[in-house]
Amino acid sequence: MSAHAHDTAADQHDDHGHHHKETFVTKYIFSQDHKMISKQYLITGLFMGIIGIAMSLIFRMQLAWPDKQFPIYEALLGKWGADGIMDPSVYLALVTIHGTIMVFFVLTAGLSGTFSNLLIPLQIGARDMASGFLNMISYWMFFLSSVIMVLSLFVEAGPASAGWTIYPPLSALPQAIPGSGAGMTLWLVSMAIFIASSLLGSLNYIVTVINLRTKGMSMTRLPLTIWAFFVTAIIGVVSFPVLLSAALMLIMDRGFGTSFFLSDIYIAGEVLHHQGGSPVLYEHLFWFLGHPEVYIVLLPALGITSEVIATNARKPIFGYRAMVVSILAIAFLSTIVWGHHMFISGMNPFLGSVFTFTTLLIAIPSAVKAFNYITTLWKGNLQLNPAMLFSIGLVSTFITGGLTGIILGDSALDINVHDTYFVVAHFHLVMGISALYGFFAGVYHWFPKMFEGKMMNKNLGYVHFWVTAIGAYGVFFPMHFIGMAGLPRRYYTNTAFPYFDDLADVNIIITLFAFFTAAGQLVFLYNFIHSMFYGKKGPKNPWDSNTLEWTAEVKHIHGNWDGPIPEVHRWAYDYSKLNKDESDYVVAGQDYTPQTLPLQDNEEEMHH
Amino acid sequence: MTAFLVVLVIVLFGVALWQLGKIFELSKSNTTDSSEQIANDKDNDINGWLMLMFVVFIYVLSIVCFYKWSKVFLPDAASEHGVDIDQLWLISMVLIFVVGIITQWLLHYFAFKYRGRKDQRATFYADNDKLEFIWTIIPVIVLAALILYGLFTWTDIMNVDPDEDPMVVELYAYQFDWRARYSGDDNVLGEANVRLIEGSNTLGVDVADPNAQDDKVVSELHLPLGRKVLFKMRSQDVLHSAYMPHFRAQMNCVPGMVTQFAFTPTITTEEMRLNDEMVAKVKDINSIRREKSKALEAKGDEALEPYEFDYLLLCNKICGNNHYNMQMKIIVETEAEFNAWLAEQGSVAETLNK
Repeated sequence: MSAHAHDTAADQHDDHGHHHKETFVTKYIFSQDHKMISKQYLITGLFMGIIGIAMSLIFRMQLAWPDKQFPIYEALLGKWGADGIMDPSVYLALVTIHGTIMVFFVLTAGLSGTFSNLLIPLQIGARDMASGFLNMISYWMFFLSSVIMVLSLFVEAGPASAGWTIYPPLSALPQAIPGSGAGMTLWLVSMAIFIASSLLGSLNYIVTVINLRTKGMSMTRLPLTIWAFFVTAIIGVVSFPVLLSAALMLIMDRGFGTSFFLSDIYIAGEVLHHQGGSPVLYEHLFWFLGHPEVYIVLLPALGITSEVIATNARKPIFGYRAMVVSILAIAFLSTIVWGHHMFISGMNPFLGSVFTFTTLLIAIPSAVKAFNYITTLWKGNLQLNPAMLFSIGLVSTFITGGLTGIILGDSALDINVHDTYFVVAHFHLVMGISALYGFFAGVYHWFPKMFEGKMMNKNLGYVHFWVTAIGAYGVFFPMHFIGMAGLPRRYYTNTAFPYFDDLADVNIIITLFAFFTAAGQLVFLYNFIHSMFYGKKGPKNPWDSNTLEWTAEVKHIHGNWDGPIPEVHRWAYDYSKLNKDESDYVVAGQDYTPQTLPLQDNEEEMHH
Repeated sequence: MTAFLVVLVIVLFGVALWQLGKIFELSKSNTTDSSEQIANDKDNDINGWLMLMFVVFIYVLSIVCFYKWSKVFLPDAASEHGVDIDQLWLISMVLIFVVGIITQWLLHYFAFKYRGRKDQRATFYADNDKLEFIWTIIPVIVLAALILYGLFTWTDIMNVDPDEDPMVVELYAYQFDWRARYSGDDNVLGEANVRLIEGSNTLGVDVADPNAQDDKVVSELHLPLGRKVLFKMRSQDVLHSAYMPHFRAQMNCVPGMVTQFAFTPTITTEEMRLNDEMVAKVKDINSIRREKSKALEAKGDEALEPYEFDYLLLCNKICGNNHYNMQMKIIVETEAEFNAWLAEQGSVAETLNK
């Protein structure tokens, strides 16, 4: 690579120097600086996360105590919670919007948007993203889609309530469920804008990683965070447009009388004219994005974990090349496994066989990653900072949730647990909780980079982690059991008929743990906001890390480095590397070797 | 039970508050060291030990869950192929538990054992091709075996052999109930389409079709013991899913197309009611219902009737506001009982073509 990247780096450097005068608006609102955009993503994502988690608490209350009245329903849900009794339609709306917000707005935009924007330029040694303007547009489209999604909660007939997968015909016909009226229209509009935002962001990330790496930063020297963000962006570009097409066709079926997904429907006393469409087509299109989406959510978290674990273990990440190959393998396989969401959708059973095969294949690179993380801990000198705890927690939930994937990916076994709480438990652990842990690890680790050297309080971080770790397992481990009892998901109450009455106490335990976990997040919020303003300044490189972002100025300046962009001479993982005679570290008394340090006479070359 | 839980919550909440208070005190230390918020040896030590306790917590949680709640699992499969599924399920479960227990232990134990100390030196260990090959190839072999086993099971279940002469039954889903249509003596369902729905012909059966004449539409599903049943599924309005958990059977009902699933019931309703697990489960449910009845009677309402087990067909694909209560009773009985029941039902010729 290098020759080209060197030129760009030099060009950039020449550009640097003549600062524009920043006004409040250009600095904090319509900023084109990647560090500010990253913070905008973070704050918006956190705000949406609060809404999403609050919703889950409300519907967990309903599931635990279906026959009790809670005045809080009336306070929060208005006419749908009259007399403290939750209406079934608002229950469905809550689970729908909870899913949508958490998957797209928190874990896609909040996680990937925040850390791709912050870390890509800083870790590859670039002044900013390839296009600061597109980057700004990308954030504001995300903001607009968030506003529309939140506004949809206040529509007369209620927000979208056909489940976050919005399968037609339910999502296409307002006669079928009230939420499929204006609420669904807003949902679709919001998502269409979201997809556009995500595409602009992803293209920017890809171009930046390919073109703007500093001198010496070959692809095989990239930190694994960057590999993860880069590959995530590629999956996003490949699969999000397909969701856009599905959304557009659904909009047409709803508003313009087409029949892409609808056929032979008799509802509310009349036959609809739609003929020849198929809901199964929608399912294919949706999951063509929907499954890669799982990895769009998870890969950045795994990338962050790789970096945080290596840094805090004071050891190189074990099997760097295998990790990169795993990321690529997961990304490739993720685009050909979508059918495992559709084993019993009515598609040809032969397809089910094919998708079982590809799905179980994806367990192999995932297993490699898990083993490599564990080996990285082995014989380390683990600095158990909050970010490190969350990273270890991620590996734990990734294993637990991933293992049940072996069951669900097997078409024969899926028959009986499809759409039960077993699935809910599985995906919350493997993508929800794991990705959130990655998100928290990133926030604790790079908080000083985002807020000019200020650090988050570690003790509150410890409380946050342990409450969350216990709570998350407390919520989702028992949930497998009610799934194995055959309890379908998306039931407003499980006591309409007696068969599931004996699951009531499990549901109560789950809800109690959910509240316990949510209380832990308040500690995080307090810590986050407090540290943002009053956090103590730490050292320039608080975690003794090798990567480039810690050589950048603590104070945020446009262009990141005050002087020339640093040159890179080694990979990011020379932690605890010893000199030739093994008497001391490469740099005496310092157990890390920054990427900017040229090869020393006293060390062995490792071909990185 | 509820009282116990309430106490538990209060205690946990108290502990959380106390811990918070303590943390605040700790966080207000008056040193001005800039590395104050970076883990020191004491933090590493405490959190290392907590990691070790956490893996124990996971194990205890699993054991408690199994001890308390394995009784809620579905009883023995009541269909022929269900036994195969349960077998595969068991093998997969044992496998993932073994892997899970070992890997969780290694992860947390390493986090404990190698917790940082000032004088400790980490080992620079970046690669080992042999090791990585081993833990790539082992999952490959294990998964290959699982995939093969799973695929054979799946193919057996989904491919219906016409030589077995299965009884054809239509399952018809609509918001928010089910109907079943038996194909009658000819074992062929008459043509049907929602466009033909009119008056009492709620399934849109083509009344002119000769094959439809002996079809019988019912609202309770009866199945003969030991006879393969081929379900042809239709939906009137939105997606539904016909979920029969006790038979390990599920298939979506899709408007505009006919989907299918076949199985052979092997345990009658009467026998299942006498199954040990089921007896215990029903007893449990009834004691919960008695508790609820007491509360109801205290308010002057009627008490709940005692529960008796019946197989269920549940809707398992979100289909609208009453999705949670869209079910149909299934009764498995001997061939003779089944024939007697079916003879009593009116055919399409009798009910619609009068």
